[in-house]
Amino acid sequence: MQSGTNKDNGGVVKTTLNAGDEPLLEVRGLTKVFGTLKACDSIDLAIGKGEIHALLGENGAGKSTLVKMLFGTLEPVAGEILWKGESVRIASPSDARRLGIGMVFQHFSLFDALTAAENIALSLEEKTPIARIAERARELSRSYGLPLDPSAHVGDLSVGERQRIEIIRCLLQHPDLIILDEPTSVLTPQEAEKLFKTLETLRDEGKSILYISHRLEEVKRLCDRATVLRHGRVVAHCDPRKETAASLARMMVGSEVHAVVRAAPPKDADHSPLLEVAGLSREPSNPFAIPLRDIHLTVHAGEVLGIAGVAGNGQGEFFEAISGEALQDKAGMVRIRGKDAGRLDISGRRLLGAAFVPEERLGHGAAPRMRLSENLLLSRFRTDAKSYLTHIGIIRESTISAATRRIVSDMDVRKSSEDPEASALSGGNLQKFIIGRELDRQPAVMVVNQPTWGVDAGAAAHIRQALIDLARAGSAVLVISQDLDELFEISDAIAVMHDGRLSAPVPVGEATYEKIGLLMGGADASTPPTAAMEAV
Amino acid sequence: MRIELVKRPQHSALFSALSPFIALALTLVAGAIMFALLGKNPVQALYLYFIDPLREVWSLHELAIKAAPLILIGVGLSVCFLSNNWNIGAEGQFIVGAIIGSILPVLFPEFQSWIVLPIMLLLGIVGGAAYGSIPALLKVRFNTNEILTSLMLVYVAQLFLDWLVRGPWRNPEGFNFPQTRSFHEFAILPELLPASGRANWGFAFAIIAAIVLWFLLSKTLKGFEIKVLGQSPRAGRFAGFSNARMVFFAFLVSGGLAGLAGISEVSGAIGHLQPSISPGYGFTAIIVAFLGRLNPLGIVAAGLVLALSYLGGEAAQISLGVSDKVARAFQGMLLFFVLASDTLIHYRIRLVGRQAAPAAEAPHGNA
Repeated sequence: MQSGTNKDNGGVVKTTLNAGDEPLLEVRGLTKVFGTLKACDSIDLAIGKGEIHALLGENGAGKSTLVKMLFGTLEPVAGEILWKGESVRIASPSDARRLGIGMVFQHFSLFDALTAAENIALSLEEKTPIARIAERARELSRSYGLPLDPSAHVGDLSVGERQRIEIIRCLLQHPDLIILDEPTSVLTPQEAEKLFKTLETLRDEGKSILYISHRLEEVKRLCDRATVLRHGRVVAHCDPRKETAASLARMMVGSEVHAVVRAAPPKDADHSPLLEVAGLSREPSNPFAIPLRDIHLTVHAGEVLGIAGVAGNGQGEFFEAISGEALQDKAGMVRIRGKDAGRLDISGRRLLGAAFVPEERLGHGAAPRMRLSENLLLSRFRTDAKSYLTHIGIIRESTISAATRRIVSDMDVRKSSEDPEASALSGGNLQKFIIGRELDRQPAVMVVNQPTWGVDAGAAAHIRQALIDLARAGSAVLVISQDLDELFEISDAIAVMHDGRLSAPVPVGEATYEKIGLLMGGADASTPPTAAMEAV
Repeated sequence: MRIELVKRPQHSALFSALSPFIALALTLVAGAIMFALLGKNPVQALYLYFIDPLREVWSLHELAIKAAPLILIGVGLSVCFLSNNWNIGAEGQFIVGAIIGSILPVLFPEFQSWIVLPIMLLLGIVGGAAYGSIPALLKVRFNTNEILTSLMLVYVAQLFLDWLVRGPWRNPEGFNFPQTRSFHEFAILPELLPASGRANWGFAFAIIAAIVLWFLLSKTLKGFEIKVLGQSPRAGRFAGFSNARMVFFAFLVSGGLAGLAGISEVSGAIGHLQPSISPGYGFTAIIVAFLGRLNPLGIVAAGLVLALSYLGGEAAQISLGVSDKVARAFQGMLLFFVLASDTLIHYRIRLVGRQAAPAAEAPHGNA
């Protein structure tokens, strides 16, 4: 497959820069090994001055490991790094910063209780008065179109604004190369567009950018060149503008990704409401939680309803409320299959026919140090008590092992031993097991938070198909996701969560990225859901 | 050359089983060094300490007497530690169990019937469990740290016992000695095999408790709940288990068993209440629980090992002339080495030579 890819792109492959261009950063044979896993296997890469260079790859392809070596948080076991033509050793992030390499991380390292300027000051090595820093930050924010108030407390800022702090913090150190790790994963489409403008400005000033992403459309839109990683190896260098999203995906995955099939629901199908949420509000349980405000929602039999939204707008709190990990004030706020469930705990809701898959796999959906069979029991000891337990509560191991084997084969879970601990599985395989554990019950209502977060493309397609099939078989499926592509692929209607409020659902036929993006940005935060419906 | 700890993908079953033995071996080596530094022949000292006490039947009985409370408390603590409840106050629960269990023979010495002993045992369990429920309540209600509260309650219990036996419960015919009246014959826990030694039914209770808890932990849903809530509380909540109820369950079980150990010790081995009724069983049982890998059957073995350290300490005091604090030193080293060896279950040790990273060195030279 690998040779095929190279041949496919033979015409456009550019492994070296044009003659005369000295690369800003060049990497030769860089290798990093963890135990028996070659996370990075002899990586070659060159980034020129004034280019936006994409680093593409699935989760686990070695992108993060490579970047960590460039930024000095990991040490390579072999290979060399050339900076402006000279071989260098980057032993720490401060070494990297001294050379002129800046990094904007996917997960921000900011203190909520401090102001933007104070957060910036913390990362600077020289002692500059806060007022000076605020002034410089303000200048930078003006000239690069990154609106930001340096005196605002980080706790009050949106995720997009927090990212701007990180970018300005990085720019203050006058880097020649800026590394951005999945920067748009927390942004609305409109915010992302603004970020692209900023990045283009930076490029035009001659700065280089290493842009890490698995979103093909934005790489095609923004980047001059791309390096594709798969299983720790470089599989291609290419010009993303000359590729199609499909050809890039093929390079990343190594095989054709099966498109999800979404058949129309049968005409005569039962269409009764199975999950109803009415007037759900929830006070924040800690200072950083988002309060939920008057959420209304109905999911019918045979339907997949998607909930879009930028991370941290109340999705986690909403999931806890629906699942029964947090109880409601009134029993009628959540109804499952026509029965009031607001005062029932998670076991009670499962007994009504609901199933839940939380966002965190390890430590929430599964206990990391327990075997798969024990993790099966975790969510099913009440619903399947008759077959899994004797009447005095003794565990029937043979029945549970048989069910575990069934789920593993149904969902094609790849594992290294008969009954491994959950933490020994890769993210995608564990997610397939967790989803399969719930599907195996044929639940009438399925609520999933981030079904394919951090899951490779093949497993993601499998999971999405399984969710659609469950709905078509007559269940109600509610999918909370930050991945708009995914929601457009599987949902019948999409609602948007912003600041603890939920918009009215938009049927997928009428929904566009722009429309959903506006809702994600809070375009209608103050108008009631019905008005929002008319507005779009 | 440096030493690196590399995380294992999955915990090692081999080292899970080996770790207590590695710890024992390291303790013996360190003990030999300690005896050598004290100017004793290490081989002879270790022999007198660990082998000699096992050579006579009567001293095997003494071993059982010392092991009984350690095992009873240790298996209770395994429930606590597995569910992530750090009960450090078993010593206090032991003492309160002994006090409450002694109410009948001390305050109502005229009430003499076969029913007295069962009531005493029951009251002992209730007393220990009630005392254990205090840190549980504080943890659930006010989110206090149970390590601190349970530990501080030990001193409260010790001083309360001290006050009782010097004050209101002092034996009126006891020549002002700080102890209660001796228990009457119906209040004494019978010996198991009176012909050969002093070991009493306390040891049988310990073995029964260990078997029951082993079954509970390894075969039942309750055991699963204990382990899930201990390992990942959020997954436990997702499963539908209540952490607050588990805190009470763990403290009531371990408190109750510590209380049973307390009343068994007082009515079996001592025969009355006095200012000090325990050489630190409640604390030593923490070592027992970890040396036994928090597995009740392992705890039976660990309890016997730690009981031997008490016996050996007494023997060493007599025959070698060293302080009986040597026993404490052995127990401390054992806990230290057990916890250290446990690292091997989740990590493996790798020696990294300088030559292993030539790529990182060479560019540095060129730069």
